[in-house]
Amino acid sequence: MLAIFKREFKAYFSTPIGYIVLAAFYFFLGMYFYMIYGYGVPAVHQCIMAMSTVAIFTMPILTMRLMSEDRRQKVDQALLTAPVKITSVILGKFFAAFAVYALAFLPTVIFEIIVASYVSVNILTYLYALLGAMLLGGALIAIGMFISSLTESSVLSAILTLVINILVLYMSNFAEMINISWLSSLMEKAAFVTAFERFGENVFSVVDVVYFLSIIVAFVFLSVRSLEKRRWS
Amino acid sequence: MIKVTGLSKRYGNYLAVEDVNFEIKKGEIIGFLGPNGAGKSTIMNILTGYLSLTQGKVEIDGFDIAEYPEDAKKRIGYLPEIPPLYIDMKVREYLDFIYDLKKVKFPKKAHIDEILRLVKIDNVQNRLIKNLSKGYRQRVGFAQALIGNPDILILDEPTVGLDPKQIIEIRNLIARLGKNHTIILSSHILSEIQAICKRIIIINRGQLIADDSAENLSKKLSSDRTLVARIECNEKDMLEALSSVKGVAKVTSLGKKEEGTCDFLIEPERDTDIRSAVFDRVVSRGKKLLSLSSNMASLEQVFLRLTEADNDEVRRILGQNEAPTDHKADAETQEV
Repeated sequence: MLAIFKREFKAYFSTPIGYIVLAAFYFFLGMYFYMIYGYGVPAVHQCIMAMSTVAIFTMPILTMRLMSEDRRQKVDQALLTAPVKITSVILGKFFAAFAVYALAFLPTVIFEIIVASYVSVNILTYLYALLGAMLLGGALIAIGMFISSLTESSVLSAILTLVINILVLYMSNFAEMINISWLSSLMEKAAFVTAFERFGENVFSVVDVVYFLSIIVAFVFLSVRSLEKRRWS
Repeated sequence: MIKVTGLSKRYGNYLAVEDVNFEIKKGEIIGFLGPNGAGKSTIMNILTGYLSLTQGKVEIDGFDIAEYPEDAKKRIGYLPEIPPLYIDMKVREYLDFIYDLKKVKFPKKAHIDEILRLVKIDNVQNRLIKNLSKGYRQRVGFAQALIGNPDILILDEPTVGLDPKQIIEIRNLIARLGKNHTIILSSHILSEIQAICKRIIIINRGQLIADDSAENLSKKLSSDRTLVARIECNEKDMLEALSSVKGVAKVTSLGKKEEGTCDFLIEPERDTDIRSAVFDRVVSRGKKLLSLSSNMASLEQVFLRLTEADNDEVRRILGQNEAPTDHKADAETQEV
């Protein structure tokens, strides 16, 4: 798993992908921080909460090549004939993408330190928001990785992931258009944005943690199955 | 070392491999021979655990590939048809990665250095794989298979697309590795397999149609002693003259290919050399023999024809030490 993690993590920075994703996050984080600081609301957690939109557009780029490229270049033959479990291959890839994503939130640590040196802050508010962002990112990466494992084309994978990300994140907005009451209330509740926003309200919501973790586990599992299935077809 | 029993692989409705059985002992070099699409790669992919099997059993050094995949895979180095390379990595970096991936226990630097030298890529170790030529990429693929020093090497068409010099180098490398590895090699080129392997397994349309020593097999394949003669003569007279030569079973005229001459296809009785008899007869009739050649243009062509025939026919040919009967087609290929 470590070998795969190292290779994938390095690959993000031997291609422009890692830089593009980090640049996007750093730019918008910086801008939000500048804006709210200017308004005199030094709340770093709000910067984090604003990142869900950035995540939607950057996660597909982060995950598009994760599985599809191996298949296109036939490297999967080396991975799957090595004495390793498919699960550790998948986990290695997942954590590599996740590590890049986590790096994207590094500036918020600096923001928090800056803010804390001027006013007293509740560090938990910041940590909850960060936890929420990590869980949201993890879920989006797991979904993107699974989609990437379905195709050989990274472009197709990126587009599909983008569409699905918009759908799962903003399901609650589409829910209003649906007349079937149970479905619309389900969509309302299942939308990632609903769950994510609760992390910004200074509460530790166990339900939402479990929700995101189960999404991650489910899609990691599906990615494993997707790779496994190819052996059988 | 490798034991395959009743192996079948089905893709949907298509039966890619059907009831294949063979056993390979330690230290053997085996050639898988078959035309493209015969099922060679599929069998290799199953042996290495890349694909699952539909039916049957594959044991690698006593470990069932389905039940103990990791133990089995540890013993195999695999070079697929397209070398599995991350082209955005440097050669050394990539081999380091494979070393980590395979969880090899040897001292890292020394082990990789040794392999780099063995496959002669130490001079490109700091170059990006995407900038390497096909021959070099193939060798990096080779190096990848050798990492961890597995007992078994499975090489899927290792010389395809290389230039003649590179082919010879790769062949020498395989021969050298063969001294302390069990090797399975696939190819659709007979002469290539003959040059390296002692034992040949012929696969056609997913079935194993022959499993024999290279010597026996080539004897069986080349037992055709049919001749093609071009003679300056009158077709009808010569047909008669040749038919009465001792040892000749059948003479067929192939018609006029050159002004004033005629070509004949002369089939001898079994295992008879009729070359001098034919020559003498032509001369005794006062005619000129312009060319006399073996109808066997190459083993290649016979093999090709074998794989075009249906499998039962091929088994008959190989089993009965009898030459294929479709001479006309062969004579035509030779003319080309």
